[in-house]
Amino acid sequence: MITKEEVEHMGWLARIEIHESEAQAYAKKLSSVLDYFSQLAEVDTENVSPTYHVADIVNVFREDVVRPSMPQEEVLANTEKKQEGNFLAPRIM
Amino acid sequence: MSGWANISQVKEKITQGSAEDITTSYLKRIKKSKINAYTTVWEGAAEKAREIDEQGHNGSLAGIPIAIKDNISTKGISTTCSSKILQGYVPPYDAHVIERLKDAGAIILGKTNMDEFAMGTSTESSCYGPTLNPWDMERVSGGSSGGSAAAVAAGEAPIALGSDTGGSVRCPAAFCGVVGLKPTYGTISRYGLISYASSLEQIGPLATCVADIAALMDVIGGYDARDSTSVKTETVYKDALVDNVSDLKIGVPAEYFGAGIDPAVESAVWDAIQLFEELGASWEQVSLPHTPYALAACYIIAMSEASSNLARFDGTRYGYRKEGENWHVMASRTRAEGFGAEVKRRILLGTYALSAGYHDKYYLKALRVRTLVKRDFDLALKEFDCLMTPTMPVPAFKLGEKVDDPLALYLADVNTVPINLAGVPSISLPCGYTDGLPIGLQIIGKHFDEATVLRAAYSFEQNTEHHTRRPVEVV
Repeated sequence: MITKEEVEHMGWLARIEIHESEAQAYAKKLSSVLDYFSQLAEVDTENVSPTYHVADIVNVFREDVVRPSMPQEEVLANTEKKQEGNFLAPRIM
Repeated sequence: MSGWANISQVKEKITQGSAEDITTSYLKRIKKSKINAYTTVWEGAAEKAREIDEQGHNGSLAGIPIAIKDNISTKGISTTCSSKILQGYVPPYDAHVIERLKDAGAIILGKTNMDEFAMGTSTESSCYGPTLNPWDMERVSGGSSGGSAAAVAAGEAPIALGSDTGGSVRCPAAFCGVVGLKPTYGTISRYGLISYASSLEQIGPLATCVADIAALMDVIGGYDARDSTSVKTETVYKDALVDNVSDLKIGVPAEYFGAGIDPAVESAVWDAIQLFEELGASWEQVSLPHTPYALAACYIIAMSEASSNLARFDGTRYGYRKEGENWHVMASRTRAEGFGAEVKRRILLGTYALSAGYHDKYYLKALRVRTLVKRDFDLALKEFDCLMTPTMPVPAFKLGEKVDDPLALYLADVNTVPINLAGVPSISLPCGYTDGLPIGLQIIGKHFDEATVLRAAYSFEQNTEHHTRRPVEVV
């Protein structure tokens, strides 16, 4: 149902490295779950609107007031890779 | 001392001795334990208790020790979601519920084990290994809040917090013979709860008795502007502790007693319903016709939300990092090595369900089915004050039994996930035993009507002995 190539593509979209040797095993396990999920096709959902969440709340606003933010050193405390108050990451391209 | 005590018993011991003594004795029990309920024990707990002793025990939970699930942020205390990818992460802030607990004087004993990122029904996918069931150490504690439930059951904490996305408080409560509540969506702020499936999950309390659940709800419930789904409620949960169900109309949904249910579980739940009838309540069968589709819908939604929520774990700002020649390679390797097998499966499936060409077939379809599942509950709860079902169709299963078969594990959640889709409140409490293993009764209520759920549960407890039974000492 889901092919080895699709698994590899999902791995790229989700930024999870998948070795060629694992892709087949993933495809098998994920297919059995997707197969179970397909039973939803039986349900008539014509004219049924989707429920994204059940809270009876739409658009929560607050006053646009300046408040203190977390000190920079606390924000950066969980990584060794930092420089001049920034997180340090490898180049994107 | 034996650790099995409820809040009022711990308070009595504090009056006779001190909060520091109590905390120290819990820390000793945790240290000796064989069940692996805790991922981190907080070294500052005894000192904090001494501070509370010196200040004179102000607050409704003054000096009461509590265990916290490892996905709830605690300032200065390691919070890892039982995942390799969050090793070494120490939150710079407290979750809303932790602020409330601290204000009430509670003492955090430590963080409890869980399925990695709360994705599981057995606490076996934790990077620290499984939490063993105190009633039978060859069996699972349930999940994903297995550490919290097992800690309470084994007397390693009088009360605990878990989180419930598809049954993660109620399942381990049922398997470990304790009480656990999944409150109405919006009742408890999710600020500081590390997100898995935001539209489904709520933080929930676990305890040895219903009164302690109410006491905890009175502390952690209520509005918080930092969670935009937080709702203003006026409920005083303690007021619900009334032993009277004579006016109660109970619905019993046939779909929750379906194929695969253990006969001992089925008969224990019917005995419970019979008792409610003897206490003056009435019951009738009711149908929630979309129940068979709830499991697939819930998992599709949860995985889709997870694929987005877990994007933040990319090795840049915290936790595990595996270097690579550019950012994409670094992030992809970090996530491949940092996440466990089940988490990766769910992110991949969620990504698939949201991807071009499949979005309508899976994600949008699941959201439409959710509407139908919720409508079932709305209709049934118009007619009845609450619904009663088995929490889990089976008692705790053996370790390793379902670990290689994701679908078999998902199917165990069949009676708990519909409740999260509908967002209604639901409690699990002990209603019997089979071969020495606890059985959970699930009581489901209307949106924001925790009061009726708690009243029914409290009345059941007042008229039965199930909640007083304890496992043999495991420490």
